[in-house]
Amino acid sequence: MLITVAGVKKEVKDGLTVSQLIVDEKVETPMYVTVSVNDEFIASDSFESTVLKDGDSVEFLYFMGGGQ
Amino acid sequence: MAFTNEQIERYSRHIILKEIGAKGQKKLLNAKVLIIGAGGLGAPAAMYLAAAGVGTIGIADADEVDLSNLQRQIIHATKDVGKAKVQSAKETMEELNPDVKVNAYRVFVTSENIRELIREYDFIIDGTDNFPAKFLINDACVMEKKPFSHAGIIRFKGQLMTYVPGQGPCYRCVFKEPPPKDAVPTCKQAGVVGAMGGVIGSLQAMEAIKYIIGQGDLLTGSLLTYDALKMDFRKIKLPSDTCGCAVCGTNPTITELIDYEQAECDGAL
Repeated sequence: MLITVAGVKKEVKDGLTVSQLIVDEKVETPMYVTVSVNDEFIASDSFESTVLKDGDSVEFLYFMGGGQ
Repeated sequence: MAFTNEQIERYSRHIILKEIGAKGQKKLLNAKVLIIGAGGLGAPAAMYLAAAGVGTIGIADADEVDLSNLQRQIIHATKDVGKAKVQSAKETMEELNPDVKVNAYRVFVTSENIRELIREYDFIIDGTDNFPAKFLINDACVMEKKPFSHAGIIRFKGQLMTYVPGQGPCYRCVFKEPPPKDAVPTCKQAGVVGAMGGVIGSLQAMEAIKYIIGQGDLLTGSLLTYDALKMDFRKIKLPSDTCGCAVCGTNPTITELIDYEQAECDGAL
């Protein structure tokens, strides 16, 4: 199936969960990433149980603490 | 309030814009913006807002200028090393534009002082470098119903979002609570390109200006991310349903400000 990850279309296997996508995408701080699927936030305790569907659009939002 | 001839000349590039004009310039001269953090983000934001003729600019920071700051904090010069950052920033802004009244606050913002500090300002700019401060600013702005610009920078990346009360998510809607100490690297640990503060801090100044003149679309409901290595700007739409948020939601569970523990490495900046 085809999903969009951070604006880029990707072919992934059916049944892919948010947790597995985080691993596949080598998310730098997997414990502290905010995930949205089709503009809805996914609670971190639901990453494992959230199965992605064809056409889904996933965004990773990262903590960025610098400024000084 | 009529413009002086000098002001007409100084602000001519603004006044000629149909979105600003004389009316918008007067709004800028009457506006009050508070910048928290006189560093990588706060420096360019403060300088552009001073140059733009924002009439009152508050700047809050407890630190002194360090040699390692000068790679990015362009409001300070080599001669300022050792001086209070807010004093150095005030001098630069006043030299740039004598129309601007600068209020310098040599303090760290805390749950004790922040609400009073932001109360007299129209727009707040978060130029801090740590999560406890970023959450404190967010929560205080939600409680005091103040618009603010959040930004963060690290390495070659930056992010930005604008909160306006009642117009979309706050920072805590996106990031529920600060990550544990040292779980996410700081600029001091990971590095940052100086120009990143220029790019993102200037965008914060632009959001403040647009808010003051009441023109254009603010970055409410979206998070702008910038990846300098890929030269990629992305505007990520955020969920519009914020009713479950702990601070800005319909039944907030956070009703008092929290002083989270600050990472030790953030002290020296």
